[in-house]
Amino acid sequence: MRNAFADEMTKIAKVDPRLVVLSGDIGNKLFDKLKAVDEKRFYNCGIAEANMMGVAAGMALSGLRPFVYTITPFTTTRCFEQIRVDVCYHHAPVVIVGTGSGLSYSELGPTHHSLEDMAIMRTLPGMRVLAPCDATELRHALHEVLKDDSPTYIRIGKKGEADIHASPPDLKLGKVLVIRPGTDVALLCAGNMMADTIKAADLLAGNGISAEVVSFHTVKPLDEDYLKQAATRFKLLVTIEEHSRIGGLGSAVAEWRMAQLRNVAQLSFGTDDVFMHEVGSQAYARKKYGLTADNITTTTLAALRA
Amino acid sequence: MMTTHDISGLAKTAATLRARIIETSALTGTPHLGSCLSCIDILTALYFHVLSIDPTNPKAANRDRCILSKGHGAMGLFHVLAERGFYPLSDLESYGQDGGIFAEHPPTPEHLPGIEAATGSLGHGLPLGLGMAMAARIQGYDYKVYAVLGDGECNEGSVWEAAMLASAQRVSSLCVIVDFNKWQATGRSQEVMALDPLVDKWKAFGWNALEVNGHDFDELLGAINQFPHSNGKPTAIIAHTVKGKGASFMEDDNNWHYRIPTPEEVLMAKKELGVLS
Repeated sequence: MRNAFADEMTKIAKVDPRLVVLSGDIGNKLFDKLKAVDEKRFYNCGIAEANMMGVAAGMALSGLRPFVYTITPFTTTRCFEQIRVDVCYHHAPVVIVGTGSGLSYSELGPTHHSLEDMAIMRTLPGMRVLAPCDATELRHALHEVLKDDSPTYIRIGKKGEADIHASPPDLKLGKVLVIRPGTDVALLCAGNMMADTIKAADLLAGNGISAEVVSFHTVKPLDEDYLKQAATRFKLLVTIEEHSRIGGLGSAVAEWRMAQLRNVAQLSFGTDDVFMHEVGSQAYARKKYGLTADNITTTTLAALRA
Repeated sequence: MMTTHDISGLAKTAATLRARIIETSALTGTPHLGSCLSCIDILTALYFHVLSIDPTNPKAANRDRCILSKGHGAMGLFHVLAERGFYPLSDLESYGQDGGIFAEHPPTPEHLPGIEAATGSLGHGLPLGLGMAMAARIQGYDYKVYAVLGDGECNEGSVWEAAMLASAQRVSSLCVIVDFNKWQATGRSQEVMALDPLVDKWKAFGWNALEVNGHDFDELLGAINQFPHSNGKPTAIIAHTVKGKGASFMEDDNNWHYRIPTPEEVLMAKKELGVLS
């Protein structure tokens, strides 16, 4: 996804003079083509994320459209104060991009995990929260966010994520994309768990269960229109995300159900409320937290049969 | 659009503003009076002699930007902007009232003309101002950006992050003025965080750094006139000030960080300021 991000920034910079990319001392070569478009459109702001976020807000208040890019914890929790005050209080159109989100950097340990980023970003008034499931959704989202002046947070993976969309999707912010229609249960996925979500749908199909697979690329604002009709079509909604079960898509859907007094049931797949103290790959960490197609399948089957 | 206040005019304006600030503090129970009085000469010099701004067109693309990064000095800034013509002085009659806009910290630019950034949480104004100055370079404007910081505010790491990036990017159109009143909320700024030697710190971070008496308009304007410097460095003016300046019984007494003056004290201050009608 990060290569798609750099590529799309380069393309947009050629046609939109407002675009500027600020990086927190990563991806220097990644943005060589962008720098070739115009050296004034890329700034390495060093390992100083609080300042970088304030600089981005200052640029946005001056008519530019800055994209702030670094590893997710450092562009979210590290500088949350600046995101809250400089970006969101001013409703400055800054696009914050967290790369290597969730457990993408599992081996680097909890300092580099981001399992609470969507939770804290969702709390900020006016902030959009996006979790595209693949590079294609990301590319479309990067164009969509420039169509208005709202601040946006986008969590992306690193590289090598599976391509989900065979053809360009008609992506609209705040509107889900139904990847595969179904009739028995809805699997709602935010972000990089989509390949396993589709695999779970395949496994459910083998058990005679028709699962609808949905990309909730926009976690805020939530697609309430979809949820309203899903709540009438399905008895069970299943949320899936590489994020804490506290505060992400699962929480957003639960909050919606509570506000609507809906009695549709929900299963929430995400990480446990713990730091991971042992070393482990992304696959190891996902298994530890039950974020596998097998576990999603067996747990969903058990819930449907209960 | 500049105004043509001469230096004697600036002193008179500052005295009037001091009296109004003290009255507002007393009437509304707004604290941080000492902080407002220490920076009012700096703000007066900027808004009435230096800044290229037009109150009738507060969003002009090439206007100079000034950010009061020490947002707790808002009561001073609100009076400066009223006197400068951004809104009528009578608007301040709603100060501190429910549903109003004037309180202890500046609101966002969308809510009050003349404001460039909502501050109050310290350490934000300089990064924001740096972003504005870099934007000017990207967009081909030649406006200048001023950020007024407190000395206590220089505790914040984000100030020094911004100082380093401004130096690396050679953002010569950025000017910091530190209202160096030697106090922060709970003690001497030198004792809380070993701030001295402050001018050397800014020099070490790659800035042109000057020291002036922050209550002397000749010195203040003389330093500001050296900005922007042709050497490409951003400029920091360390303005030595006195907290509570203008009312002898408040000067250098940190109780006036939070104390509210009595009606008798308002009269005493106005008498000293020579603005008692």
